[in-house]
Order: sequence, then structure tokens, then C-alpha cells
Amino acid sequence: MDFEYKIEGDDFTNAGAASSAVKKMLNQVGVRPDIIKRTVVALYEAEVNIVVHAYRGTIKIDIDEEKIHIRLEDEGPGIPDIDRAMQKGYSTATPRVREMGFGAGMGLPNMKSNADSLVVTSEVGKGTTVEITNYFN
Amino acid sequence: MEINEIVSLVLGKIVVGEAHKFDKIDRVFASDLMSDVLTVINDKSLMLITGLANLQTIRTCEMSDIKVILFARGKVASEEMLELAKENDMVLIESKYSMYRISGILYQAGLQPVY
Repeated sequence: MDFEYKIEGDDFTNAGAASSAVKKMLNQVGVRPDIIKRTVVALYEAEVNIVVHAYRGTIKIDIDEEKIHIRLEDEGPGIPDIDRAMQKGYSTATPRVREMGFGAGMGLPNMKSNADSLVVTSEVGKGTTVEITNYFN
Repeated sequence: MEINEIVSLVLGKIVVGEAHKFDKIDRVFASDLMSDVLTVINDKSLMLITGLANLQTIRTCEMSDIKVILFARGKVASEEMLELAKENDMVLIESKYSMYRISGILYQAGLQPVY
């Protein structure tokens, strides 16, 4: 199964709508609850990151019998130093983002701990791509 | 502890999910930081106490399988939040007490922390 969602930067009202849809879908196909939770927590952090940092983005979901593969691509400022961004507590979030309950430098570490595989690539001035893969067994 | 007992201990009111008032809560987590809430491992009988009242509070709990949210210090859930909570079959409680006071009362009454 393939699905695609469009995300707009700064659209805090709909932030999480794609993650919510994916959660319902994984429930419907009978994926184990702990794997669903890991997947949607990683995805939600990544989705919020697009809303917070980028101008717009797309989320592509590919589900087969053994795994879910999620590719989040955004057009945005990019990440100059990915290793630094992966460190707990490092954040470039604005006060508005902190008011939403994020921006404590936990997003990428949270994604990493909830993904079987996490690949982040970025080009400054162009955008960032995050790939999350979780296996069902 | 049943949700309706929690509500009476904190002089709160249920604004969504009245039908679940006899459901039981075993553990409680208190935070305004949603990234922190997303790290909590729970068994679906967990309640969140928070002073953060916006749509992301509801979304975060949806992702974390947390069904009951207690808003402290008179924070009020917006119409959009109520709708999203209803869609996800959640219980929202509002109390005028501070997070510290609510935490103290519920801890003393026997509700356990997650960590």
C-alpha cells in the first residue's frame, strides 16, 4: 500500500493529521500495538518538525507485509550539522514552537529510539529528508 | 482509581468522555513538554496532567495511547480540542488546582508515577 500526505509549514492546526491517519491504517491492518506506537511517535515528531522548520513537505508511506517505510521530504532551511541535531537537548526551535510543547531538542533522539532504521539527509538552503523504517516482526 | 474519584479529589469536571467516568487509572505522568510525553511507555491506564492546552496536547496523547488528560490551573480545552478528543474517544478533565497540588493530592491518594 502506498499513501502520500502534503504538509504545510506553520500549519499547527493540522500538525499530526498524517500521523493520525497512519495510526488508524496500521490498526486496521492489525499491526502489533507496540510497533504502531513506536512508528507513529517517530512519524509524529518528524511531521511536527516539518511544520515547525520547513516551508512545506510530503510524507510518503509504503506498507508491505513485513515493514512500513516512511519518507518525509521537506523544502526548508535544511540542517547544517546533523550529528549535532541528533544530540539530546540541541534545539533551534522558536518560542512559538516551545509554546506548542516541543522544542526541547528531543525530536530526532525520539525518532531514533522509535525507529528500527532512521536515515536523515539534508542540504542547507534546500531541505531535509527523513526515512523511517519499522519492521512488523 | 476510577476517573470520577480523581475528578472529585481535584474539584474538577469532565468536559469530554463522561461515559468513561468509571474507567480505572493506575499511573500518572505530569508534563507540559510533549516530546517528553511521547517517550512514556504506558499500558493504557495512564493519565496525563498538563498545563498545556492546545491541539498538539491531544495529538500527542493520541500517538502515545493516553486516553485521559487532566488540565491544571484552569486551562480550558478549545472547541477544536474537544472535537479531536471525542474522535479519539478520550476523557478530558479540567481543574483549577495547580499541577503541583493535583500531583500531591493524587500521589497521596495512591496513584503511582510512571518513573
